[in-house]
Amino acid sequence: MLSNFDFDVIRRALPYLFYEGMTFTLTLTALAALGGLIFGTALALMRLSGYKLLGRIAGLYVDFMRSLPLVLVIFWFYFLVPYIGQWVTGASRPISVGAFASSLITFIMFEAAYFSEIMRAGIQSISRGQPAAASALGLTYAQSMRYVVLPQAFRNMLPVLITQTIVLFQDTSLVYVLSITDFLGAASKVAQRDGRLVEMYLFAAVVYFTISCIASFGVRRLQARIAIIR
Amino acid sequence: MNYNWNWGIFFQPNPMGTGTYLDMLLSGLALTLKTAALAWIIALITGSVVGVMRTLPSKAANWFGFAYVEFFRNMPLLVQLFLWFFVLPEILPKAAGLWLKQLPNAPFWTAAIGVGFFMSARVAVQLQAGISSLPRGQKMAATALGLTTVQGYRYVLLPMAFRIILPPLTSEFLNTIKNTAVAITIGLLELTGQARSMQEFSFQVFEAFTAATILYLLVNAVVVTAMRFLERWVAIPGYITGK
Repeated sequence: MLSNFDFDVIRRALPYLFYEGMTFTLTLTALAALGGLIFGTALALMRLSGYKLLGRIAGLYVDFMRSLPLVLVIFWFYFLVPYIGQWVTGASRPISVGAFASSLITFIMFEAAYFSEIMRAGIQSISRGQPAAASALGLTYAQSMRYVVLPQAFRNMLPVLITQTIVLFQDTSLVYVLSITDFLGAASKVAQRDGRLVEMYLFAAVVYFTISCIASFGVRRLQARIAIIR
Repeated sequence: MNYNWNWGIFFQPNPMGTGTYLDMLLSGLALTLKTAALAWIIALITGSVVGVMRTLPSKAANWFGFAYVEFFRNMPLLVQLFLWFFVLPEILPKAAGLWLKQLPNAPFWTAAIGVGFFMSARVAVQLQAGISSLPRGQKMAATALGLTTVQGYRYVLLPMAFRIILPPLTSEFLNTIKNTAVAITIGLLELTGQARSMQEFSFQVFEAFTAATILYLLVNAVVVTAMRFLERWVAIPGYITGK
């Protein structure tokens, strides 16, 4: 039962959990969301470009990534990235890539598939008159995307993008399978060292829950505000 | 690339003495499907109950449904599995905890229950959306005909709502299959787990993961095709998917 619940073990582990673990988790989440958004927008533009081949490639990539479990993708990139690095740099042996770089590449590539679907929906929600007006003003395709379509698409999709980022934040805990010290990894290391699984896992659950709850509450507020403006 | 490809590895005997490496992966696939099936049953049943609760006129039921969904949606699946696997046996009364710990196949049951409840929150949200997408007149007509609330849901609202949310439910089912891979962390040797141990035994990293990837893609294709048929079979005339 919970009668011998030890709060002190959590208190002592706090600096390690947050300075090491949470910093890793949040940095990974932020960079992966940014990278995934950029790459995902590129994929969405490829799909909507009107060039059959480009659209096909992007579509295949998205469907492929979305039918695989994230854990498998994490393993794939963990083993594949050193070889790709070797191929790119022309080194004589597979280069060693740090845990952070490897998981960052994984999450960017994986999340791009999901972000691209969101951005595609966002771009398609812009009325046809907008790009038409842009080209009537003499804007090139790139300019009309950059100044007219994408800003609106991004704004309309902001709540969904943030929701996806919350999912991403939770999913980063899966780097556990590579024994990386993210927030959950740090909690698990302390748990195993001190034999305090109950305290550490419950605490980790509470922290993830609180952060995600606050973020999704923010999304709901944002959604309400955007809904009024439109 | 100086990597030694060896596709013949699948037909070599595995070190566990359970046949070839291919047999090992296939047994992983079977376990993935079994876990996903049980998890999906749990998700569908509890998710439907909670989803209905969120649309009931009762404030308490609404609130419970809301809290349930937030609870299961705002924690990573991995953390939830750890709670079920490591924490639950400790905080239960001694005897029950001991029984849980000695359960044979504990990773399987934990994974099915953990993934099941995790997905149930998503099913609940979909069903709620489905029910509230129905015209208000449906519920009123049911009441006017003298149906009780239970009958109204049973004969009018749910048959419509489930048909409407069939496409999103398909992707939730696919997510259930994919999410069983997370159970590798509690020692469940499902497809990803078997691919990983094959890689550890044989050092043929890319062959193992390629095979697992192909198997996942196949499962995906089969499920999507089967659900297409189901969708066409239950479609309501006059609706977008209907004839």
